[in-house]
Amino acid sequence: MKPRHKKLLLIVSGVAVLTVASLLILNAFRNNLVFYFTPTQVFTGKAPIHTVFRVGGLVEKGSIKKSDGGLTVNFVITDLKKSIPVYYHGILPDLFRAGQGVVCQGRLNAQGQFIADQVLAKHSATYMPPSVAQELKHNAATAQVDSTPHSYKP
Amino acid sequence: MYKYASPKNFYVLAGQLIPWLGIITLVLFATGLYLGLYVAPPDYQQGDSYRIMFIHVPAAWMSMYVYVMMAGAGLVGLVWNIKLADMLATASAPIGASLTLMALVTGSLWGKPTWGTYWVWDARLTSELLLFFLYLGFIALQAAIDEPRRSARAGAVLALVGVVDIPIIHFSVIWWNTLHQPASIGALNRIISPTIYPTMLHPLLINSLAFFLFYYMVVLMRMRGEILARERHTGWVMQIVRASAEAAR
Repeated sequence: MKPRHKKLLLIVSGVAVLTVASLLILNAFRNNLVFYFTPTQVFTGKAPIHTVFRVGGLVEKGSIKKSDGGLTVNFVITDLKKSIPVYYHGILPDLFRAGQGVVCQGRLNAQGQFIADQVLAKHSATYMPPSVAQELKHNAATAQVDSTPHSYKP
Repeated sequence: MYKYASPKNFYVLAGQLIPWLGIITLVLFATGLYLGLYVAPPDYQQGDSYRIMFIHVPAAWMSMYVYVMMAGAGLVGLVWNIKLADMLATASAPIGASLTLMALVTGSLWGKPTWGTYWVWDARLTSELLLFFLYLGFIALQAAIDEPRRSARAGAVLALVGVVDIPIIHFSVIWWNTLHQPASIGALNRIISPTIYPTMLHPLLINSLAFFLFYYMVVLMRMRGEILARERHTGWVMQIVRASAEAAR
């Protein structure tokens, strides 16, 4: 083997070992690197519920109740399996709406309500014009209507 | 091919390529920004604020690409002792650092209206910030060592160690719960069907190509400067200096 190739092999394997090592370390810290916990994780005891933590999920449709001129808001955050009621007093991000992904930071009180001191909105990786979104919604609605007769089949 | 590996020939070839790269970059940028800012429709959720994506995403992609180029050039320099590779690594660092900073700043400006915050310490944002510090570390390390061979070698080692951060940045949104959304294009399952509407996707791709060519244009300019500085005692550089001095008179 030429010394040059030996050097190349050494460097490449060095970088490979380093990569594997870092990935193993990151894997070990996996739980500490998450930005938020899901409601299911909160219920199964995987979240540090005795300190300040973040919970992320979707804003349940029809659960938003605003009072105090819109500054105080109650809503339910869900991952479609478990849900947690959230109380928040403050300014909401523009993207906050029913069905939207959000991340709330705060703590659980004794009643199991999440008292948030910060609410952040997640946005999806989907980008489309409003007209297309409207059309998709419409299509989904008609598709559901069309499929109803089929469901009557034995 | 080997002909261009000599600094002199490379200097001449790069000088011929730069104007063409410049023209194509300019045309692509103009087209991409026009399509992105005037033709593309507003987003169904974010309205117009998503348009910062046309700068943010190419800058972020290129910040990673330039780093891989820098580390790759460092490896070639370490193993084959090719001066041009060392110069490519050195010349890439400030460009990569600028692109990373641009990705961080535009991302922060995008985060405020959509997420509700300028900055969070989630895995994607933190690993991109680490990339910025890796670039700064590379620049500082090379600046601290005067002897060119040793400076190139030390920089290459740092660049190769730091290359670990690149897969972390890319996969951070898949491995962990992050505030940052997963990739719309580029991820394996999204190559065939990106989740971006075509009239929004086209300016993004055009601008990305513009950023790509812009990097090559600037890196060639910087390498030409580096070649002149390193070869300043050779006959052909003195000839160029004399000729340009005469032209200036």
